Amino acid sequence: MARTETRAEIRFILNGEDVALSDVAPDETLLDWLRLEQRLRGTKEGCAEGDCGACTVLVGRLSGGKLVYESVNACIRFVGSLDATHVVTIEHLKGKDGRLHPVQQAMVGFHGSQCGFCTPGFVMSLYGLWMRSPNPSDAEIEKALQGNLCRCTGYEAIMRAARAISDYGQAAKDPLLAEREQIAKRLTTLRDGRRVDIGEGKARLVVPASLDDFAEIYQAEPKATVVAGSTDVGLWVTKFMREISPVVFIGGIDELKFISEADGVITIGAGVTYTEAFALLADRIPTMGTLLNRLGGEQVRNMGTIGGNIANGSPIGDTPPPLIALGARLTLRRGAERRTIPLEDFFVAYGKQDRRPGEFVESVTVPLPAKDEKFAVYKVSKRRDEDITSTLGAFRLRLAEDGTVASIRIAFGGMAATPKRALAVEAALEGKPWTEATVEAALAAFESDFTPLTDMRASAEYRMLAAKNLLRRFFVETTGTRAPVQVGRAA
Amino acid sequence: MNKHTSPDFKAAKIAGAVHTDQRHDSAHKHVTGEAIYIDDMPEPAGTLHGALGLSTVAHATIRGIDLSAVGTAPGVIAVLTAADVPGENDISPTGRHDEPILAEGAVQFFGQPIFCVIAETREQARRACRLARIEYDELPAVIDVWDLDPAKDRLVTPPLTLKRGDAAGTIAAAPRRVKGRMRVGGQDHFYLEGHISLAVPGEDGDVTVHCSTQHPSEVQHMVAHALGVPSHAVTVEIRRMGGGFGGKETQGNQFAALAAIAAKRLGRAVKIRLDRDDDMLATGKRHDFVVDYDVGFDDEGNILSVDYIYAARCGFSSDLSGPVTDRALFHCDNAYFWPAVHAKSAPLYTNTVSNTAFRGFGGPQGMVGAERIIDEVAFATGKDPLEVRKLNFYGTRERNVTPYHQTVEDNIIHRIVAELEESADYDGRRREIAAFNNHSRIVKRGLALTPVKFGISFTATHYNQAGALVHVYTDGSVHLNHGGTEMGQGLYVKVAQVVAEEFQIDIDRVKITATTTAKVPNTSATAASSGSDLNGMAAQDAARQIRKRLTDFAADKYSVPVDQIAFLPNRVRIGNQEIPFPDLVKQAYMARVQLSAAGFYKTPKIHWNRDKGEGHPFYYFAYGASCSEVSVDTLTGEYVVERTDILHETGRSLNRAIDLGQIEGGFIQGMGWLTTEELWWDGKGRLRTHAPSTYKIPLASDRPKIFNVRLADWPEAHEPTIHRSKAVGEPPFMLAMSVLHALSDAVASVADHRICPRLDAPATPERVLMAIEQLRREAGR
Repeated sequence: MARTETRAEIRFILNGEDVALSDVAPDETLLDWLRLEQRLRGTKEGCAEGDCGACTVLVGRLSGGKLVYESVNACIRFVGSLDATHVVTIEHLKGKDGRLHPVQQAMVGFHGSQCGFCTPGFVMSLYGLWMRSPNPSDAEIEKALQGNLCRCTGYEAIMRAARAISDYGQAAKDPLLAEREQIAKRLTTLRDGRRVDIGEGKARLVVPASLDDFAEIYQAEPKATVVAGSTDVGLWVTKFMREISPVVFIGGIDELKFISEADGVITIGAGVTYTEAFALLADRIPTMGTLLNRLGGEQVRNMGTIGGNIANGSPIGDTPPPLIALGARLTLRRGAERRTIPLEDFFVAYGKQDRRPGEFVESVTVPLPAKDEKFAVYKVSKRRDEDITSTLGAFRLRLAEDGTVASIRIAFGGMAATPKRALAVEAALEGKPWTEATVEAALAAFESDFTPLTDMRASAEYRMLAAKNLLRRFFVETTGTRAPVQVGRAA
Repeated sequence: MNKHTSPDFKAAKIAGAVHTDQRHDSAHKHVTGEAIYIDDMPEPAGTLHGALGLSTVAHATIRGIDLSAVGTAPGVIAVLTAADVPGENDISPTGRHDEPILAEGAVQFFGQPIFCVIAETREQARRACRLARIEYDELPAVIDVWDLDPAKDRLVTPPLTLKRGDAAGTIAAAPRRVKGRMRVGGQDHFYLEGHISLAVPGEDGDVTVHCSTQHPSEVQHMVAHALGVPSHAVTVEIRRMGGGFGGKETQGNQFAALAAIAAKRLGRAVKIRLDRDDDMLATGKRHDFVVDYDVGFDDEGNILSVDYIYAARCGFSSDLSGPVTDRALFHCDNAYFWPAVHAKSAPLYTNTVSNTAFRGFGGPQGMVGAERIIDEVAFATGKDPLEVRKLNFYGTRERNVTPYHQTVEDNIIHRIVAELEESADYDGRRREIAAFNNHSRIVKRGLALTPVKFGISFTATHYNQAGALVHVYTDGSVHLNHGGTEMGQGLYVKVAQVVAEEFQIDIDRVKITATTTAKVPNTSATAASSGSDLNGMAAQDAARQIRKRLTDFAADKYSVPVDQIAFLPNRVRIGNQEIPFPDLVKQAYMARVQLSAAGFYKTPKIHWNRDKGEGHPFYYFAYGASCSEVSVDTLTGEYVVERTDILHETGRSLNRAIDLGQIEGGFIQGMGWLTTEELWWDGKGRLRTHAPSTYKIPLASDRPKIFNVRLADWPEAHEPTIHRSKAVGEPPFMLAMSVLHALSDAVASVADHRICPRLDAPATPERVLMAIEQLRREAGR
């Protein structure tokens, strides 16, 4: 393999200025860098774990040649992951003439701030929304604000402001739009095809130039921390103060960002974020769209990847159970070698996955439910949105012509040390008529499949009962009823 | 925006008068990120940073502390332990000497600060904390109060008893009786800006502390005690907090004291800003309660007598638990007349963080107990709970004496509830919901309308005083300072409106300045909804003194009677002529008239005898009501709030826009308390919900889908309050009870409303589902 050229510098644009950093620690967060190094103190720290949104900034990057801006949590975003991006902070919004940006004007006009500490984050999230949707519905606004906590206003005034932003200025005349073309050009030049390699030992960070380059680096450095969205690893640093060097940042590798569909199978590259996966997944499997809308906040969905959700092996990751129920397969790669395994086989035990040193998740292939199949995934959490799952169940059912269960795959999260199939329940259903009596009789099998834990999210008793009831819900939904079977907010 | 535009001397009205919708004075700075919170201030050169080492067990004697690795960690300058406190190692706000700054010899809860590391950077300080080796001899830990005996187990402060009539006898003789027990959860404040203090040493051993606190005077006193210096050596300043909600009434003392100790010892500025997890572990929260109730009533639903015990998890020290549990009793009636009543508090010691003030200050927990009783009686008599509520409301001329023997003189709850019942179409929707539930097997709806009556004043009578300092400069611009603190509630702008009104000058001529103990001394906490009432009056007093001097001066200089002098917008009419306000000020200055005044106010009429449980602790009451409808998924317990209607009174509001924000925000915060905000301790007494990933406050998408909030525009304050406005900080919080009761109503539908669901708070999806299961079992279906 040809040796990749390297540079020892991260380059990006902060607001209007070019930044080149050769002295950057692999675990330096964007928030600390902004506040401590740049003394830009409009961006606030509320939780340092990506849950409150007070630190929200926008990161612009070229995606398929187009410049897109996304809200992110600066507190868990590493500076090393910013190569060839445009970071926009609250300080950039006000005009040089002192005029407020339309988003800011609306927030002032509608009394959208009280203590004001969360406000810069809200302004940035609303700006990100307004750029792509100048006249958003309430559901769109709520979705865009799932990752922003406000403790004072009760959100009502912020909602009024969000609905009215376009009354204060047109998105087409966004004061910052003028610089876009020029920013896009500058970002294009920043993508010079070189590997970034800074520091050594306990302070090394690498940004691979390509997928092959990543494979090579990781094979050589199998103990490296691979970081895609940093929505998990960010907390290793801010909360557990773990040493993570060397770090390989793969969030910018285009070849890991593909999502495609062929012959009833969707293939998702490991670097595809929840946001990027949303359109296709939600269209083909609507219930997956509902799930993704409840996974993290907008900022987390903009950073976090489905690949990472699988690779970190968490028992409460939201995407593995539905992917297992769908029969997804995982492609793992080490160097130039690839192998493909059923996703459920990847999860060996708590904290243990079937992944060899230097091997990484490259993609996941997801067979779509056939026309004669029914599929659903249901998440249960204490708070509806931006909460970690108490229990989550996914069901894929095919009925035979005589109304018996030809095949069913059921997988749960939050019920065991790994995402796990409910094999006993499946066995209790297969071949039987798909009736309420069958379902009721099968419920006992949950006890042999799962022994859930009690923790701060839910008791074992509740997890077990809710899990059983999700099967009941699936039954009711698949057998037709005019009465509602779930509560929720219209999208 | 303080633009230097010339005032309009012919204006018909000033900009920023009272009773107008002024935006928050810092709104422009909030949205641009230019508002400066303590962590945003430029640090003095050489500023050091502190982090705290916390106990990892709930209760133990400390056998040994080895901090050698901490002290030699990179960047570490000093490590403080209890032995390094030069003055008193105590920050008990009520003087009970039960709350050390740093633990000494023993730890009493998981998360208790034991030592404090000072390092060059915050990260170095945090990392160094983890290197400590502390050996514990663990002791039995009391975590929950459910199984404690209020009569025998340890209390942190003496209990209160309220009684009127023969409660026990009346219950025994009543036609019907029900007893029960309810759990009411606590709540973390989750202010977005965590605790922070920046201490800057000065000469003569003085220190200035910038502290995110609702109570600068108390921080001043605590720091002075900790340092062993007089109060005059300590100045405490706060421009704004990123939220307080009661969590910064006493809880900032500890960090201010440590920063000041370190700053003085090292001769360098020291900043302590807690990580969110440490903040949530080491600082107090809303008290959770177990309420035992015993009620006598008749077949009509008339409640005849109530007997209560309110047992609270106070944590390891008293902090404000005495007044908090007192206030729970003060609101054990909510808006209802209990003909005979006996209520006792039990402020219990536990090995958990010491609980503290939180919006409502025990009142919400008290009221939830009252509303449970209403539910019990309604289910027992088969009546709609709203009917039972109305039946038992306080009267206006009779049935109007509270359990603490204060007569309710300003009762407007009947009209508030009647108007809301009509505008929310309670009866029509009650029927619709019944029809819906009939055909909907899985999703069930529920509806409830609940009232709020909340007592306004500090129950510690001496706290009901305030001071202000007003300067008029020779150009006619005004400098305003008062003892109240700004935590987002809009206090500063409201008080500025009062001052602008007095002088009849545009509000942008009034400069709002940071609260500091050096300008207005001996202030009370900005708490108990009292901020505008007290500080508005004090500022008005200061402004009136200056205005009187200006009036007397003008009368003298222009030889006109005083009654021919009037302050018009930005100008003064003196006899037949009008001169600009700044001109009159300039002339007064030249004539050596004092243009600065200190104002003062103390609330009249109030008194309280705690030993007897009798008095007039509240100046007045604030009223409101809300009506909520929910949908509940009976398979998972998940729910959504479909609609909420609120009617809330604020007297003649100083600023309806600000008050609306308090009502909406208070309701949602209260809803969080009663629904998804759950504090959870594991078997070892470790709080496991100490970050937003595990502790779930409401999101925008948790708001009621339809949310109609109205301010009642007809009432005016019964008492001569500031421009006849009424307090609005806390009362709306309790409007959220309608959500809890709507959930209860939906749960009850699975057993045809024959059994009281006894739904405890917080009503998480889990609690809702378990209540449904329980009802199904009891109903045998």
